[in-house]
Amino acid sequence: MLLLAFLVLVPLAWLAWTSLQDPLTGQLTLDNYRTAFTRRIYLAPIANSFRMATAVAVIAVLVGTPLAWLVARTDLPGRWLLRPLILAAFVTPSFLGANAWIFLAAPNSGMLNRAWAALFHTEHGPADIYSLNGCIFVIALYSIPYTFSLVTATLELMSSELEDAATTLGSGTFRTTWSITLPLALPAILSGFLLSFLEALELFGPPAFILIPAREQVMTTQLYLFFSLFPPQIEVAAAYAMPLLLVTVALLLLQRRILGRRRFTTVTGKGGLRRPLRLGAWRWPLLVVAFVPPLLAVVLPYGALLLVSLQQSWGRGPLAPGNLTLHWYAWALFDNPTTRTAILHSLEYSAAAASIALVLATLVAYLVVRALVPLARVLGFVAMAPFVVPGIVLAIGFLAAYSRPPLLLYGTAFILIAAYATRFLPIAYSNSAAILQGINADLENAARTLGAGRLRALGEITVPLLRRGLLSGWLLVFIPALRELSASVFLFTPQTHVITTVMFDFSDAGNYEAVSTMGLLMMLVTFAVVLAAFRFLGRDVTR
Amino acid sequence: MSALISIRGLRKAYGESVAVNGIDLEVEGGEVMALLGPSGCGKTTTLQLLAGFLRPDAGEIRVGERVLSSPRSVVPPERRQMSLIFQSYAVWPHKTVRQNVAFGLQVRRTPRAELARQVEAVLKTVRLERLADRYPAELSGGQQQRVALARAIVVQPQILLLDEPLSNLDANLREEMRFEIRRLHDQTGITMVYVTHDQAEAMVTADRIAVMNQGRIEQVATPYEVYERPTTQFVAAFIGRTNTLEGTLLAPGEVATAGGRLRAVDETGCPPGTPVAVCIRPHHVQVAEAGLAPPNGNHFRGRVLRSAYLGEARDYQVELEAGGRVRATAPPTSDLPVGSEVTVQLPVERCRVVTR
Repeated sequence: MLLLAFLVLVPLAWLAWTSLQDPLTGQLTLDNYRTAFTRRIYLAPIANSFRMATAVAVIAVLVGTPLAWLVARTDLPGRWLLRPLILAAFVTPSFLGANAWIFLAAPNSGMLNRAWAALFHTEHGPADIYSLNGCIFVIALYSIPYTFSLVTATLELMSSELEDAATTLGSGTFRTTWSITLPLALPAILSGFLLSFLEALELFGPPAFILIPAREQVMTTQLYLFFSLFPPQIEVAAAYAMPLLLVTVALLLLQRRILGRRRFTTVTGKGGLRRPLRLGAWRWPLLVVAFVPPLLAVVLPYGALLLVSLQQSWGRGPLAPGNLTLHWYAWALFDNPTTRTAILHSLEYSAAAASIALVLATLVAYLVVRALVPLARVLGFVAMAPFVVPGIVLAIGFLAAYSRPPLLLYGTAFILIAAYATRFLPIAYSNSAAILQGINADLENAARTLGAGRLRALGEITVPLLRRGLLSGWLLVFIPALRELSASVFLFTPQTHVITTVMFDFSDAGNYEAVSTMGLLMMLVTFAVVLAAFRFLGRDVTR
Repeated sequence: MSALISIRGLRKAYGESVAVNGIDLEVEGGEVMALLGPSGCGKTTTLQLLAGFLRPDAGEIRVGERVLSSPRSVVPPERRQMSLIFQSYAVWPHKTVRQNVAFGLQVRRTPRAELARQVEAVLKTVRLERLADRYPAELSGGQQQRVALARAIVVQPQILLLDEPLSNLDANLREEMRFEIRRLHDQTGITMVYVTHDQAEAMVTADRIAVMNQGRIEQVATPYEVYERPTTQFVAAFIGRTNTLEGTLLAPGEVATAGGRLRAVDETGCPPGTPVAVCIRPHHVQVAEAGLAPPNGNHFRGRVLRSAYLGEARDYQVELEAGGRVRATAPPTSDLPVGSEVTVQLPVERCRVVTR
């Protein structure tokens, strides 16, 4: 319980407290808020953030909804391939995508721009990724999967009978889709909109890579800039982070209400046959259109990353003699101590964080699900609280709380591990709680009536039954921790570099070959760990 | 005779709702006691209190001379020497049949050879010896049920608690397992407390039945007595079909109902003026064409509302002139047309006064 307070409550309390402190005298003041919310240079990023979030959400919904409909309800050829491609977009960290798009669409050097210039004999290509629009484009690409998966899930639960009912009343296909299918999917669409909006508001990665060089700030990059000033303006940053926190809480509450209603909608349509809609002559043109988003989100970016990482110097082009090489991989894995230790750090910290989060989450979930202590529900609530805290805000809280006595953790690995564990605690908690709910308490009680104490029953009955689910819970924390950027950049020091912070530094220094190499290595490590885990699980078949 | 289990003034509430509201019950050693009642009557809570999973708000549970549960302290389940059969069986899916059964003995540090011998013996008792190395997922519901039984009795508990043990089985199997459980009892002589909502199940397995309703025990008696001599309207209606005519007690054995005065067997000992009811089983009700039989008290005039031929009997529903309906089970040869005027005779010795 102490650990829970240490991870969740103390940082949040310090965040609020710091925002009210005078940096010099330590007295209570509202000056930080006045500074943060009256100066024009600080207000512009707020406007940018909301503009960006709105645009991203609109695009994501406008693209994601038809895509979901095509995959879930029609006989579009190749739709079996769309799903894994969109899943691939889902698991790609958006900051990696941002980097890839820098290679593709940087004003002069971008591959697409160069191709365009060569093709049409112009001086410059048309695209400029270093802009607010460029950033919106990239974030939207990786936001589409939210709407897509929510809407697909709804559409797949919906029985064709609901649509048939309209058709038998004389409504045409188009009209039925418009007036029956779409409204039924509306809660899912709205929910996808809100998630995309929030994501765009909170994201640090793509704005950091794209907008900081463009000198056009959003709230998250502005927060970062507060820290790169000298002396760092932690107090103002804390104040500046508050609206981000409040908006997040408000929107997530809203989303929950919408989802609550959504459950109601799907139940009515549950359990029925679904027939795919025949697209007829539209099949082929729609097929081409449908594959555009995955092309932009997955195929082109990974191609670009791979191409850049395999060249000695990507400015010279892959055809230049001697330029195609595995040099950067050898460099990252063996020659360069910074990258090598960063990879090891990433693995260690993520593993440690996943273990801590898992143990803590399972203990709390156990207390809550079995209602063992009077205030268990409160504990569960605290464990879920980090869900509403953007990573960057959490980092500021940790910085405020643990960069001063009595607990001076800044500069150590612990602060990163703790931040990861906290940030992804809700994932572990909801996973553990769901599994525990699925295990009948009788199984444990049976052991007790036979003479086993509570601990023995837990160890010999419950834990073995949990094992499989717990391992996947561990992965659910490990994977996002491995690619965590927004909290890491605030909490790392040169001694505690991780993969993402190294990438951030290399990008800053213009070493893009190293960035793409590290990015691909990160993805490789992730897949390797997931594969290994599933192999391990595969052998351990509990019946 | 001194009781093995004695429960006094037991009470348990969850927030506002009172699950068990002051229960007194004595269970003799070697007896099968059924706790019978509709869902929500508090029978499962009573069992959980007995097993030591819950702490009572008031009252106490003794086994022999030892107080096992009281509001101050509860001996934990693992030290009560009671085994519990769960409604869900709670057979551990990650252990084989043998491992499931062996668990309790392992906890008791039984020497290996002795353990193997006992496990083998109990598996034979429940006829599972050939399935010993299967996992529960490979067993049928009835077999899983027998694993749960074997696992519970192998440790030779003083008391076996059963929580709706047959409710997850299909009808045929349920009937078979009723006798199986009774056989197991007769073989081992173990004291059982058996929770069920199924009156037939209770009547087959139990020596005595405690009928529960809304957190209280309404009656504790043998299956025969509970059926033939119910003391409350709830018991009469819950065990088998019955007709009830509500009224007020005029004098011992005399009740004023809407249709007039009724005489009935009265063991309530209630003072005149008490609101009571008169119960009579449908097969004791006599229906005859109006004016045929000489009325000799305890009769009503009515009209046949519905008539159903059931093969073994004929079922009538009669609307009384004075209001209310009575069901009667007549011999299959009886054939009174729907709508005909009839006389309904309620034999005094078959009518019982019960409290409401």
